[in-house]
Amino acid sequence: MSVTAMDIYRLLPKTNCAKCGEASCMAFATKLSEKETDLELCTELAANEMQALENLLAPAVREVIIGKGDKAIAIGGDEVLYRYELTYYNPTALVIDVNDEMEAAEFEERVKTIENTEFERTGELLTLDAIALRNKSGDADKFAAAASKLKESKYPLVLCSLDPLAMKKALEVVGDENPLIYGVTENNFEDMADLAVEYQCPVTLFVPGDLEKMKELSHALRAKGLKDIVLDPGTFVGDAIGDTLDNFVMIKRLAIEERDEDFRFPILGIPALLRLNNDEDEVTKSIKEATIAATLLNKYADILILNGTEIWEIIPVLTLRQSLYTDPRKPQAVDAGLYEFGELDENSPVLLTTNFALTYYTVEGDLKSGKASTYLLVLDTVGRAVDVSLAGGQLNGKAVADLIKETGIEDKVKTRKMIIPGLAAPVSGEIEDDSGWEVVVGPRDSSAVPDYLTKEL
Amino acid sequence: MDKMTQLLKLLENTKSIEINEFRMDFDELELHLMPAIQQAVQKAVTTEKAIATEIMAMEEFKPPIQDYPGKVAEVQLGKGSRTPVYLGGQQALYRFEEPQPNPPVVTFDVFDIPMPGLPRPIREHFSDVMESPGEWAKKAVKEFGANMVTMHLIGTGPKVMDKTPREGAQAVEEVLQAVDVPLVIGASGDPVKDPLVLEAAAEAAQGERCLLASANLDLDYRKVAKAAVDNDHAVLSWSITDVNMQKTLNRYLLKEGLTHNDIVMDPTTCALGYGIEFSIDIMTRTRLAALKGDTDLQMPMSSGTTNAWGSREAWMKKEEWGPTDYRGPIWEIVTGLTMMLNGVDIFMMLHPTSVKLLREIGDTFVKDYMTTELPEISDWITQLEG
Repeated sequence: MSVTAMDIYRLLPKTNCAKCGEASCMAFATKLSEKETDLELCTELAANEMQALENLLAPAVREVIIGKGDKAIAIGGDEVLYRYELTYYNPTALVIDVNDEMEAAEFEERVKTIENTEFERTGELLTLDAIALRNKSGDADKFAAAASKLKESKYPLVLCSLDPLAMKKALEVVGDENPLIYGVTENNFEDMADLAVEYQCPVTLFVPGDLEKMKELSHALRAKGLKDIVLDPGTFVGDAIGDTLDNFVMIKRLAIEERDEDFRFPILGIPALLRLNNDEDEVTKSIKEATIAATLLNKYADILILNGTEIWEIIPVLTLRQSLYTDPRKPQAVDAGLYEFGELDENSPVLLTTNFALTYYTVEGDLKSGKASTYLLVLDTVGRAVDVSLAGGQLNGKAVADLIKETGIEDKVKTRKMIIPGLAAPVSGEIEDDSGWEVVVGPRDSSAVPDYLTKEL
Repeated sequence: MDKMTQLLKLLENTKSIEINEFRMDFDELELHLMPAIQQAVQKAVTTEKAIATEIMAMEEFKPPIQDYPGKVAEVQLGKGSRTPVYLGGQQALYRFEEPQPNPPVVTFDVFDIPMPGLPRPIREHFSDVMESPGEWAKKAVKEFGANMVTMHLIGTGPKVMDKTPREGAQAVEEVLQAVDVPLVIGASGDPVKDPLVLEAAAEAAQGERCLLASANLDLDYRKVAKAAVDNDHAVLSWSITDVNMQKTLNRYLLKEGLTHNDIVMDPTTCALGYGIEFSIDIMTRTRLAALKGDTDLQMPMSSGTTNAWGSREAWMKKEEWGPTDYRGPIWEIVTGLTMMLNGVDIFMMLHPTSVKLLREIGDTFVKDYMTTELPEISDWITQLEG
């Protein structure tokens, strides 16, 4: 299914001119097959040759760009249904809505909240990606006025109105910024589609609960020459969530396994619809909205519109997205060895942890924020966490004894005392026997380590 | 929908049709299709700017349904004085291909000793019953609708309270008396003592068809398997995020006299943010392999969803992350839900809210595609509050 470097090489000029930055056309082809360089860097191709290569390299799901310049984000671009087969590309864009009926102060406040939402995890800063402006008022001028206020936002826009007149007015203001138009329906088809053509913007096709009609209308959009299409088959919640899932899965399967041209586009989901005609309390709504977001993240949404901005609702969604989109081909491990924190001397404490990236970064974060001064021995557990490597046997007495030797820690400290993670308690005796060091079982969670060090020493 | 498409396909090259008792159906078919075709034709004709002329005629929509040679075995839990619960039995990956015969099941964790270490949002629901496993189980079933209860014999741990296997078995008896749902029986995680504890518990619960948790390669799995065979129980086969380890263990257990209908697999659930992607990959590969015909993996799957509560995002007090009252349940739901969407059949959980929301979604897995009334959402842009 995926394209090999050889397939690509056949269509390259084979001049080895090196203008692309690679030593040879073959090297360039290899990079292209791994999506690590851009076809545009090749200057020797005629237009039709370029087109042929573009078709060959096109992912199963089209990559659609929303926004422009440094605001631009990409969605779609996937090649596989299951992440273990390769990796997922372009993390699902998380979009929060604002509406055009809000008072000026409330509007500003909400935009600020969206822009400032962030959460740091394993050395990566996780944020939201775009703002959806909703034409709640139904009024074209209000919609355009609100759109112009969002011009300064740091995020790209999704313009939500089914009224072509309102959309036109908004596009007159922000149409040059490549917003995602939402959307074309069966009822406004011609007028809304023409706006997408006129302003050259990506466009969403909204056809709730009818994939047959969706295919038909997607085909008609393509017939108009539109290429940047996003599909919204309807986010139904409650008992109908099963149908929502079925539709999302069917679209992705048709795109990836059947290469159905009318479905090879990113999918848009709206967990915010959980709040539609819902009189449950706010907390329940937020918990459920996060639940719907997690459901659709797992099964193939490329862009999601949410309404809730509570950080405790957003954190699990951001975390799940980060997990789903890590590249399974890269081991999640840091280098094993000796790490140093704070001011050290020959009496400094020695801690032990594993080289699973998440474990390491969590411990590192805790040691730094707690301003601890300590040595940290990081054991190679092939990127497994403490409990997993304990069960899997990578965390054992001999391995730790070897690590002590290899790192030369015995030349740096006079003490022969090591603090191990609480979860590693079962191997404390084994480590003592194999290394000759005294082993102390420390806290189960590294957040307690700085306090522990202060108290114990 | 699929039937319609199939019919349509049949009609494609047909010159004359003899209609007997299906006359009405055919009329309906015609009504549905004609406007769609007309519309497509009209649109194609009226497209003035025929920019992309290379776009060919549209193929008809056909749901992407696949054939699977394999099938997941069905495991019955609960017999005798229990109301039975069934796991597995899937013949397809997704509902639109074929709905699964049994909905996902949740089993509530109950412990044989009071657990002061449980996170506050859970203690607050169960603190009044923690002294008595029987009362604890009753509350889980009566108030929170548990399909099943997991009796964790933590107290038998040599470093916990070192209770004897006999004492563990008594706690199991107490819970069997208190509720009529099926039981999962878990030990303390001590590889030497667990098989002895499970053996005693299995005898005490003879004929009630419990799930013994667990057999793994680090302990005397033969003893656990024998206790199950002798007393009519099922066994949880636990591997550590490793499909090959799972296959090996399952084969060993089958050799001990257990059948596919007596084994549930636990491929290990890593919590959200703590390696959940490894579990996603393993669960997906396991289920796909089963449906493709790998007989070593054709059993239902289990998730220790409770692991989610170990994540610091679930329990750690931190002002800028918001209240743990909400973070904890969400962490458990998202962990469980993710496993459910990748094929898991039974979930060990702790928080009533998480259980409720997981089941709401899981219950839809047994329904047919497009048989539920869809909420009206076409005017969401103007109707959504806030």
